[in-house]
Amino acid sequence: MAISGFSRREFLKSSGALIITFGWPASLGAQPPGATAAAGARGLDAWLAVGADGAVTLFTGKVELGTGVATALSQIVAEELDVRVERVSVIQGDTERTPDQGYTVGSKTIQQGGPPIRQAAADARRTLLSLAAARLSVAPEQLAIDAGTVSVNGDGSRRVTFAELIGGRRFERAVDKTAAAKRPSEYRVVGKPVARVDIPGKVTGAASYVHDLRLPGMLHGRVVRPPTIGATVERIDESSLADAPGNVRIVREGNFVGVVAEREEQAIRAAQSLKIAWNESPRLPDMTELYRELRAAPTTDKALSSRGDVAAALAGASKTITAAYEWPFQMHASMGPSCAVAHVTDERATVWCASQGVFGLRDSLARLLKRPAERVHLIFAEAAGCYGHNGADDVAADAALLSRAVGRPVRVQWMRHDEHGWEPKGPAMVMQARGGLDSGGGVVAWEYDVWTPTHSTRPRAEAGNTLAGQLMGLPIKAGLTGGDRNARHGYEFPAERVTVHWLAESPLRVSALRGLGAPQNTFANESFVDELAAAGGVDPVEFRLRHLRDPRAIEVVRAVAKFAAWQPRKAPEARGQNGVARGRGFAYAQYENENAYAAMVADVEVDRRTGAIRVRRVFVAHDCGLIVNPDGVRNQIEGNVVQTLSRTLKEEVRFDRGRVTSLDWQSYPLLRFSEVPEAIEIALIDRPDRPSVGAGEPAACPVPAAVANAVFDATGARLRRVPFTLERVKAALQT
Amino acid sequence: MADPHEITVNGQRHRVAAAADTPLLYVLRNELGLNGPKFGCGLAQCGACTVHLGDRAVRSCVTPISSVRQPVTTLEGLGTRERPHPLQQAFIDEQAAQCGYCVNGMIMSAAALLKQKSKPSETEIRSALDGNLCRCGTHMRILRAIQRVAKA
Repeated sequence: MAISGFSRREFLKSSGALIITFGWPASLGAQPPGATAAAGARGLDAWLAVGADGAVTLFTGKVELGTGVATALSQIVAEELDVRVERVSVIQGDTERTPDQGYTVGSKTIQQGGPPIRQAAADARRTLLSLAAARLSVAPEQLAIDAGTVSVNGDGSRRVTFAELIGGRRFERAVDKTAAAKRPSEYRVVGKPVARVDIPGKVTGAASYVHDLRLPGMLHGRVVRPPTIGATVERIDESSLADAPGNVRIVREGNFVGVVAEREEQAIRAAQSLKIAWNESPRLPDMTELYRELRAAPTTDKALSSRGDVAAALAGASKTITAAYEWPFQMHASMGPSCAVAHVTDERATVWCASQGVFGLRDSLARLLKRPAERVHLIFAEAAGCYGHNGADDVAADAALLSRAVGRPVRVQWMRHDEHGWEPKGPAMVMQARGGLDSGGGVVAWEYDVWTPTHSTRPRAEAGNTLAGQLMGLPIKAGLTGGDRNARHGYEFPAERVTVHWLAESPLRVSALRGLGAPQNTFANESFVDELAAAGGVDPVEFRLRHLRDPRAIEVVRAVAKFAAWQPRKAPEARGQNGVARGRGFAYAQYENENAYAAMVADVEVDRRTGAIRVRRVFVAHDCGLIVNPDGVRNQIEGNVVQTLSRTLKEEVRFDRGRVTSLDWQSYPLLRFSEVPEAIEIALIDRPDRPSVGAGEPAACPVPAAVANAVFDATGARLRRVPFTLERVKAALQT
Repeated sequence: MADPHEITVNGQRHRVAAAADTPLLYVLRNELGLNGPKFGCGLAQCGACTVHLGDRAVRSCVTPISSVRQPVTTLEGLGTRERPHPLQQAFIDEQAAQCGYCVNGMIMSAAALLKQKSKPSETEIRSALDGNLCRCGTHMRILRAIQRVAKA
């Protein structure tokens, strides 16, 4: 009774009317409800469509990665158009149906993706008003809109609906960039905690993810990765699968190897059973030498900030201190291993995947498949949260290659060890800071150096930036980016030099992980500010306020100090009992030095015998300009805090000389329910008069230093290497 | 190879053909078209695949189909969009999801706990969910959602 695929009708029945993520296989001949605009739409029609029933569809190149942007973007549309938010559905990331809005990255969806959508909606509103004015024979100024119905002020009986005005037809106009959007003081939907549109489906088992897509005739594929990085195929023993059930096919392209079978468990078994002779030449460094090697490797250096005579100021300082901070390779560690479904025929390639940038990946896959981009169609479908460039793009390439080989739709999901072992990692980094103080505890010089590889190897049209492409021998092409993020801080010091040392290579394949280099650089900067404050005998909050000039920065620092009831401290004081030391730490950052502000207080307990750190409470003050969905922002802040606590306390990718050895959740543990804080307290500072800036990453930045500074406050010990494992804490307590 | 197995899922009898060692998860997803239980690790380490066997929460990714004797309940069997289980409603009310991939396991583990003990303490909830991983860091909301039902 195998069920082959599922019909559109079944899907609609199970998920309700509100379709927010899925593009539809052309083979099913279906369009989501309300979607009248389609391929080739231009101008306003490329962004918005009003269906025959009056429902509004937003077409956006930005995609839902689990942060709630589909809801927040719907709010922006609902606000400008005066329709109920539940009447707005969103088609995301489809190379033939949505605008190309670049990659969904860097907390930029509301910040950069929002404004053109707001403008399109504002223009649609003005257009609808003028259509209604003609229909009702009044001036547009005499009209009001409520819930998709336009009526004459003072005479509610004279009315016309959006459906009657344009339902099912196109606007046929360019977006008028001068159409006035609403003033924030008029907002009724933006700024309100609107419930996420996707949660009811997700908590009841509706098809919500690319993993849930089942096409007629679909086969299942699995990949077989090399046993060590860089290993090449010597020989594949096809006879090892001679008895395997499921009409197994073996697919090889260079060192890319995969299997396809009728059933998922058959593909898994075949991938496990396939015997391959590999040529191996282990080439990773000794893990214990990693940080030394990073600092010894050749680099391209770039000054990010240079002011005053740092050398002279350091020489003349009454006290100088130096500290180095180290951050390991970490992984995205998505709960659902990467998955994609591809249907590649001689004519066309259609790939459903969770890429953060379907347009860039389309061009990348076109090159990989050696066909024009016009014959490659990528459709975004949600996956488990990715937090950056995980395996989502890679698995799309895997599925495309396997489908091309068998000529039928193929669903590929990575196994857990594929994901842990081969997703691009967040890079290991070394940061060193040196500071000089005058006799009054004031900073006279600041010198900061960071050693980092690039933090982005996204596809961006390069076939070799996919793992399959690399295994086929194609080169990675990537610029140097991300490692310098937040290397500069927000304080004003009389002399300063900040330098990034770009490493040309990384031992492990790397790409963007939430915040790129910002959490690491903020860990170093904000730990070192704390070290300077302590060396100068100044309270850490007072110290920061002395050197901050930006009023919004000062306000978040003051706000969190106030609502956390911060008690000034000039040095660690012994608190706690029975071998458990208690302390609180402070940290602050402005994301990318120009976006959202986050200041944080962490309350920790350190068990002196075991070295265990328990973060009990975290307080956050957060300013991301105009807030679209306050509950969505809170959800993101809470997530950033917990995820970054996990990265800070527990996470480190381990490897031997040939391969990643953190291949499951035991060898790469995450923070668990018994370990997360008792409470995360959040103060949102809403600024309706300032543009929205992203909230998906800023609160991650201060977390590591807030914890490290709290441990210092509790014990007098400095933790400068992440993660803060039991052994490292115990070692720090003994020195 | 593909032996017939009779299983009861969400109150319905099904006869499915699968090799005896096939994990229940693949039968639920691929034979019965259910989406609630998710593949997360295949190692019983993350909880994304959790279903109930009888009243017990089990990891369907390591449960061979041939060993299934008791009735299976999945997220879909707990409640629907129109008639959600109190936990499903509480997860909506608390907006207790980011990506939502782990939510199946959170709700199924919590539902099993509440069957055993209708008013668990926060410590007991944390303990019962300690084997369920969430990468988005939605823990605080998940705890609030479960407490909402536990206190009701």
